[in-house]
Amino acid sequence: MKKYDAIVVGAGHNGLTNAAFLVKAGLDVLVLEKNEYIGGATVSRELHEGWMYSNCSYVCSLFRPEIYQALHLGEHGLEVVPLQGSTTFKQDGDYFGSYHQPAVRRREIARHSKRDADASIRFDADIMKWCRLVRGFLLRTPPDPASLKIRDAMEFAYLLKSFYHLTESQIYEFIRFFTMSIAEYLEEYFESDAILAHFSGGSIIGTGLGVYSPGTAYVLLHHAMGDVDGNIGSWGFARGGMGAVSKAIASSFQSMGGEIRTQAEVQQILVKGRQATGVVLATGEEVNAGVVVSNLDAKRTFLNIMERKDLPDELYQRASNFKIRGSSGKLNIALDGLPRFPALPIGSPLTLGHMHFTDTLERLERAYDDWKDDCWSSDPYVDTLIPTQYDPTMSPAGKHMMSVFVQYCPAEVEGGWTDAKRDAFGETVIDQIASYSPNFKDLILHAEVRTPREIEAEVGLTEGNIFQGELTLDQLMFNRPFPGYAQYRGPVKNMYMCGSSTHPGGGVMGAPGANAAREILLDLGRENTTPEDFGDD
Amino acid sequence: MAKHDFKQVLEPTPFHARVDEQSLVKNWTSWNGYQTARVYDTLASEYFAIRSSCSVMDLTPMEKYRITGPDAFKFLSHLVVRDISKLQVGRVTYVLWCNDEGKVLDDGTIFQLAENDYRLCSQHHQLDWLLLSSLGMDVNISKETHEVAALAIQGPTSCSVLTEAGFRGLAQLKPFRVLQTNLHGFEVMISRTGYTGDLGYELWTSPENALELWDAIFAVQNLYNIRPVGLDALEIVRIEAGFIMPGDDFNTAETTVRADHDRSPFELGMDWVVNFNKPYFTGKRALIAEQALPIRRRLVKMSVKGNKPPADSFLYDGKSGKRIGTIKSQVWSPILKANLAMADVEYRNGVAPSEVWAEIYYQKELEWRATWAECRIIDKPFWSHPRRSATPPGQF
Repeated sequence: MKKYDAIVVGAGHNGLTNAAFLVKAGLDVLVLEKNEYIGGATVSRELHEGWMYSNCSYVCSLFRPEIYQALHLGEHGLEVVPLQGSTTFKQDGDYFGSYHQPAVRRREIARHSKRDADASIRFDADIMKWCRLVRGFLLRTPPDPASLKIRDAMEFAYLLKSFYHLTESQIYEFIRFFTMSIAEYLEEYFESDAILAHFSGGSIIGTGLGVYSPGTAYVLLHHAMGDVDGNIGSWGFARGGMGAVSKAIASSFQSMGGEIRTQAEVQQILVKGRQATGVVLATGEEVNAGVVVSNLDAKRTFLNIMERKDLPDELYQRASNFKIRGSSGKLNIALDGLPRFPALPIGSPLTLGHMHFTDTLERLERAYDDWKDDCWSSDPYVDTLIPTQYDPTMSPAGKHMMSVFVQYCPAEVEGGWTDAKRDAFGETVIDQIASYSPNFKDLILHAEVRTPREIEAEVGLTEGNIFQGELTLDQLMFNRPFPGYAQYRGPVKNMYMCGSSTHPGGGVMGAPGANAAREILLDLGRENTTPEDFGDD
Repeated sequence: MAKHDFKQVLEPTPFHARVDEQSLVKNWTSWNGYQTARVYDTLASEYFAIRSSCSVMDLTPMEKYRITGPDAFKFLSHLVVRDISKLQVGRVTYVLWCNDEGKVLDDGTIFQLAENDYRLCSQHHQLDWLLLSSLGMDVNISKETHEVAALAIQGPTSCSVLTEAGFRGLAQLKPFRVLQTNLHGFEVMISRTGYTGDLGYELWTSPENALELWDAIFAVQNLYNIRPVGLDALEIVRIEAGFIMPGDDFNTAETTVRADHDRSPFELGMDWVVNFNKPYFTGKRALIAEQALPIRRRLVKMSVKGNKPPADSFLYDGKSGKRIGTIKSQVWSPILKANLAMADVEYRNGVAPSEVWAEIYYQKELEWRATWAECRIIDKPFWSHPRRSATPPGQF
């Protein structure tokens, strides 16, 4: 029977990235995917004829350019087009537009508050300080602070050295930043309600926390630290939808001799003599491998596809307690034309960017209150985008596709989710958008509504948590997913993790996949094929 | 509610109709978000208008803040590192201000317009810092950049031109003094200030009078050579005069991301502005501590030998020696026939390097070449003229 050098469980973007770097080092690698399509949450799906939906992840910014370059993703068909600007519509008929043109953006901020226009200079510089610091760790394995190994000590020294470059007051500020709520953090800069609401949205996306919950300031950074061609904080659309990202990685992987099997659900990771030896598929078929890598989230990996007896008690407990709360929903909508937003002047470029309809911190916090009560938000925070204004491949000409990310939607509602409740959730979101766009409902040709129930069932993300585990300080860096397991190695020999449950966490980044590959290749004594951080200075 | 025009990327100043009409090359840039001419016609004609006759520059984009109220003086005195106790109504003073770490945020001028009524002009946006600094003080701070139209009239014949244009009493106006006057029935404030190191004035009026003011000055063009000048000509004369430019010659503290990339007044060679006798100013504690240590680096004025432009050059302590600094800005001075530069240079044990060499890359017909040029650190302004401070200043 054939024995692979490595099996990667799950063809999400991190699983594929991991597999690509392993095959690049000369290993014989098989990727197993339960669905009939690859990509995990990085997919484009035609669910209405002629329309392509990025039906999970929907924009690209965090994906590491080092990985893009190393895997030649451009040659394999990937193209990330920067998207322009963002808007928050106000209840009084006005709006706040964060234009892509800096001079116009500044004047628009000043229209709401002259002070905020000047404060945004201080804000941008401060956020950039923390971005620079965190970005330097994305393509590095977190050090184990309790370890006495030389490599850990060196890595920990590297971490401390980065702090050494901060001034004393910057260190205080950094610690405050990591522990503060986004609302309190932003209130140290801005006074306009709409601007406060606008800038805080990124800190609750995918998170079971509210704008006044400590720890949310970091989540904002997680969304701000990406870049498109060096423009830090910018987001882009993958041409053809997010599936183009996984398709390009898969193509790169296969061009180097890698093998992918779809409709091949892994039921169990086989462990013999405290080391992983392969997997058993749902069909009962056994596949052997020298190394098994799980792209699944930490909870699924340890509680679903590993046997209890193969796990130390502590790890089993940590996995059971892992914070991976579902808090987001998604609507993907096929539109017969471009919706009108009468608040915007005719020809406004603001429809080209993110659109939000929550204009105060209080409404954001109330939306969170509903979630705590096991209800979807009656007045949700949405991140709405119409990528077909750029991308000709995702809908027929003149027609459009709208992606609506929704915060908050709980993994469990009272009495359990039903199709009717799912549709009612969808209606809540559509009604909100329609109250700012009178022709919106008439344009809807098809809508896919996804609550955490659908996301978990189809994609396999526990509770539908988009980050494979929350991005709170207790689950970041050397604590991600658990203390002592942050270096991608599992509890048994030859078993590894490469999903977003590991450092540096969620978002279509590719970094966990690459970092895990580096550790695997190190253990195998193979050449390191993963790229080094480009570095900032 | 007012919705601004998203198609208008750069904002027009109140003088825009004339600026646009006079601009032959349409070489625009953004100055604080305003559409500003870099050059109107040719750089040489504009430079020599400033140095040899009379130049007109639209100064409106310079940031202006109105500071009023019972604590206005106390606030300003806390804000800036300079002793401003001698400031009185009708006078202007140069200032710079720091954050609590003693790093420079910006520089500018304070005009005392009346009792408890001041105007602060700055290079960059400062409203956020001013409001943060005013906590607990009975002071009102508002931005009036767009509400005050400003023109700089600079050059040897500037006094003659303005007098001919109808302004009275200019000949007796001393440097850094203000004259409240009027023209054709509207109010104009004239200060004998400027950024050229030469005789010159700055005129301040309400935006609705802007075009009439412009026209009144250009109406005497038959008597004197008067030219509108852009930012490129200003860059040459301000370096000749030895004036620093925050944001170009050094990174301002508020925009600095990397530690150690901001600068203290001492590191900018602006020691003369810092007054430790003041009971308090923001950054005082940090600056006292810094002064006790040998200075580590300094922004210096440097003349660079030869005629190859030392743009973005690295500086060394000898030909092919140890790297000790970089050029921040540089121009060819037509009046001195020399390359002049502002440069950030490392000091060893608080002492300036005895030798500085620039490694210069320059291009001839698309071919790059490299050369070395010796540099000389200069303490005084590169160029100055007695008419700058003479009162009366004379006809030209």
